[in-house]
Amino acid sequence: MCTVCGCGEGEARIEAHDHHHHHHGDESPGSRLVRIEQDILAKNNEYAAANRRHFSERGIHCLNLVSSPGSGKTALLIRTLNDLKGEFALGVIEGDQQTSLDADRIRETGVPAIQINTGKGCHLDGHRVGHALESLKPERGSLLFIENVGNLVCPAAFDLGEAHKVVILSVTEGEDKPIKYPDMFHAADLMLLNKIDLLPHLDFDRERCIDYARRVNPRIKVIQTSARTGEGMADWYQWLRASRQMALAGHPVLAGEG
Amino acid sequence: MHELSLCESLLQIMERSAVEQGYSRVKRVWLEIGALAGVEVEAMRFGFDVATRGSLAEGAGLEIIELPGEAWCMACAKKVPVRQRYDECPACGGCQLQVTGGDQMRIKELEVE
Ligand SMILES: Nc1nc2c(ncn2[C@@H]2O[C@H](COP(=O)(O)OP(=O)(O)OP(=O)(O)O)[C@@H](O)[C@H]2O)c(=O)[nH]1
Ligand SMILES: [Mg+2]
Ligand SMILES: [Zn+2]
Ligand SMILES: [Zn+2]
Repeated sequence: MCTVCGCGEGEARIEAHDHHHHHHGDESPGSRLVRIEQDILAKNNEYAAANRRHFSERGIHCLNLVSSPGSGKTALLIRTLNDLKGEFALGVIEGDQQTSLDADRIRETGVPAIQINTGKGCHLDGHRVGHALESLKPERGSLLFIENVGNLVCPAAFDLGEAHKVVILSVTEGEDKPIKYPDMFHAADLMLLNKIDLLPHLDFDRERCIDYARRVNPRIKVIQTSARTGEGMADWYQWLRASRQMALAGHPVLAGEG
Repeated sequence: MHELSLCESLLQIMERSAVEQGYSRVKRVWLEIGALAGVEVEAMRFGFDVATRGSLAEGAGLEIIELPGEAWCMACAKKVPVRQRYDECPACGGCQLQVTGGDQMRIKELEVE
């Protein structure tokens, strides 16, 4: 008998809202049904929840940076770390399939960084980030950046325990990226539209791109940046300060900061 | 590939359940996949075959129950069907839609021995 709906037997009709979806007739003797009823990502979500607890106990504000390969995540981070290292304790977790080049570039700023190589995995997951935290040991009250693997698909589904996903889109990509990868733009709270120094050489339609992003996610905030010239970076830092203040309202780590 | 990593998570859930429930082989798996979950059913089947090779679920049948996307339209104050996240409301053409269903990817049940 079906453990979900209690039906005796049924033909296999795999369609929406059809409870009688099972083949029952051809179960071989000795086999049984086990009810699971679990989100496929339940396990990842448990690890992410543990990371989130770790962050909230220590007043760590964590941001998960996602984009396609080459949109400028590392360049933006390096500039951000150099500009903010006098203001906040900082830390970086770098996801990359093969190399530790990005982590090496980050460490040159003097900010502690740890590399996670995902191998064939095209995204970071909650479990790997949990282990990275054990080695990196980010400071209480710090800002922690996670640079995800360059990929606009998988990282959308894998919660790492961050306060916000920040999606970076560069103007050298198509303005239709938000509607081609709606899950990512839906999951992000902020979009950094990067490499705007290159706009004069391109026919990228900024308004159209931002409009597409808002269609997928009406709440998304947009800041235009250039990691090369520094344009727009001050707005990004303001967003970081404000989102941290909001997330840590009432937390003891803020008390010491005046 | 996104679906492959989902199938790896799926395999982990089955492996853990096998220990808890005392079985050694999975013969069939029922999944519920919403139209807005961002999952390609065909890619999921392929990913399942790859991820389960040499595991307790090698060769298992994969039954995918596809669920439609559903959203709440603020303007119409009613539930409307949607095919994609960024769809406009089929009734009023507005885009103030809040997805209310069809974004799930759940493992429902296993046939095991
Ligand atoms: N002109 C211009 N170039 C930029 C900007 N930001 C990054 N770049 C360049 O774009 C290239 C890729 O930048 P990265 O920071 O490595 O991009 P990424 O997103 O970290 O790339 P992956 O880690 O490989 O996914 C480098 O050559 C950067 O110098 C920008 O604002 N303007
Ligand atoms: Mg990088
Ligand atoms: Zn992936
Ligand atoms: Zn409507």
